[in-house]
Amino acid sequence: MTTLSCVGLCRQFGALRAVDGVDLVLPEGSRHALIGPNGAGKSTLFRLLAGGLRPSAGRIFLDGGDITHLAETRRAQLGIGQTFQHSSLFLSMAASENIRLAAQRSLGRPWWPLPCSFPTVRERVEQLLGAVGLSGRGEAPVASLSHGERRQLEVAVALATRPRVLLLDEPAAGLSPAETARLSELIAGLPRDVALLFVEHDLDLVFRLATQVTVMHLGAVLMQGTPEEVRVSPEVQAAYLGTGQREDLFLPREPE
Amino acid sequence: MSSTPALNRRSLAWAAILLATLAVAPLWLPSYPLVTLTRILVFALLAVSLDVLVGYTGLPSLGHGAYFGAGAYAAGWVAIHMTQSATLTLLVASASGAAAAAIAGSVAVRAQGVFFLMLTLALGEMAHQLAESWQEVTGGSNGLYGIPAVHLGTIVLLSARAVYWWVLSTFVSGVAVLGCVAASPFGETLRGIRDNEGRMRALGYRVYHYKLAAFILSGAFAGMAGGLLATHQRLVTPADGGLGTSTLALFAVIIGGEASLSGACLGAALVVLIRDSLGASLGGRGPLVLGVVFVAVVYLLPSGLAGALRPAWRR
Repeated sequence: MTTLSCVGLCRQFGALRAVDGVDLVLPEGSRHALIGPNGAGKSTLFRLLAGGLRPSAGRIFLDGGDITHLAETRRAQLGIGQTFQHSSLFLSMAASENIRLAAQRSLGRPWWPLPCSFPTVRERVEQLLGAVGLSGRGEAPVASLSHGERRQLEVAVALATRPRVLLLDEPAAGLSPAETARLSELIAGLPRDVALLFVEHDLDLVFRLATQVTVMHLGAVLMQGTPEEVRVSPEVQAAYLGTGQREDLFLPREPE
Repeated sequence: MSSTPALNRRSLAWAAILLATLAVAPLWLPSYPLVTLTRILVFALLAVSLDVLVGYTGLPSLGHGAYFGAGAYAAGWVAIHMTQSATLTLLVASASGAAAAAIAGSVAVRAQGVFFLMLTLALGEMAHQLAESWQEVTGGSNGLYGIPAVHLGTIVLLSARAVYWWVLSTFVSGVAVLGCVAASPFGETLRGIRDNEGRMRALGYRVYHYKLAAFILSGAFAGMAGGLLATHQRLVTPADGGLGTSTLALFAVIIGGEASLSGACLGAALVVLIRDSLGASLGGRGPLVLGVVFVAVVYLLPSGLAGALRPAWRR
């Protein structure tokens, strides 16, 4: 069953076509990686899917319903969770409070004006802290967490709303090998009904986790396939893995 | 900065001691200091209501005097024309503050940062102009005078003591309610918006609605403080709801330390003392002293008086 999909998605900034006619289908439980050189439009595509940006053209569907014109908030309520390329957390709060804010939205009553704590929310926070390897660090202020810990917390915050589609933008950026290994384990252990789309530059991680890979280049989809197909494709090697001419990265290829 | 709500045992104990002292103050204080103390409490409630917006939600309003003024005029008008019941005038004041805030807030909270500040300033000035020109209701630049003393059941709040106790009990209930809200899931949501509005949106929070709710809540309690002003001053002038009041309230919040209700109270006390008591003995140079204090606090105590008084282990 398809959860998230988009058809002919475009986004123009002036003359620049940052995202140019992208079609993407995420079946339920898929593990889909998005790779491509810097400036390929991966993050822009993420923002279009999550609703932070409006597309210039194209449609986006969630469970068959058209969500192209829904605001980011509404899409989040419908089950699209995301993490950002640069950590986006609540800096004055403790780690557990960050997760609680996210969990409270779907499991608790975030508008309740009297002091109280929801047992289901508390449980969820503890469980997520453990799941991302931060148990015992719940009381630590975010400001005192290491970069790696913040990335883990990001994932926990995104998971706390129980998303059906999870968009992770470079979750392993700047992580040590040990931290990457833990993150990889966490992602591999995600519930099977969550569809995952992630941007990643660490190709080992991509080939380990993904069942489908989409390669983007200059805003368009260069190829889509299994990790094996992508790994051996000469086109991808030329555009991304670096055997081609450097200017190929910046110039559109001639139609053949 | 610690973000945990200040509802722990130690601060509750301090609050109880302070409250007891305030409650018995009229028994030994002469009437002039008692009036000053009344004024401090009224102003502190205004500052606390503003802190909900500035400190907790991250919305620096420069027009908060308008909701204070709306409450004051409404309470005064109701006392003159309809009823002298203390609780009713207070409720009307609160409702007026909330209604004014709902109208202004539905426009203002769409804007961010400096634009929000400027919008609240403009809306505040419009309210001030309205108070100046709506002769029949506000009395224009003469103000609304001849406000009768209100009564609580059979007790007429005529003496400075009676007024003080009424103001004190309203102040305490107001601060208690706002303290509860600050420590609630709703308060947590507001702090989330202050920290990272974009992330809240991405988590599925309807940020606009929460900001508007905070604005209205804040306006309601500013209106309540205005109602107390009408009760103890028995005169309301356009200046009471003007830019001066708005600025001083923002001063109080920043001097006290944002997102600390007790800090806002301390800041309010300092502002009123310098303006009214110290200023008078310095030949009207109160504003100058206030300015110096403000600069000093911003440089020396970045998290305000409350931050300086907080025990080291919580910093």
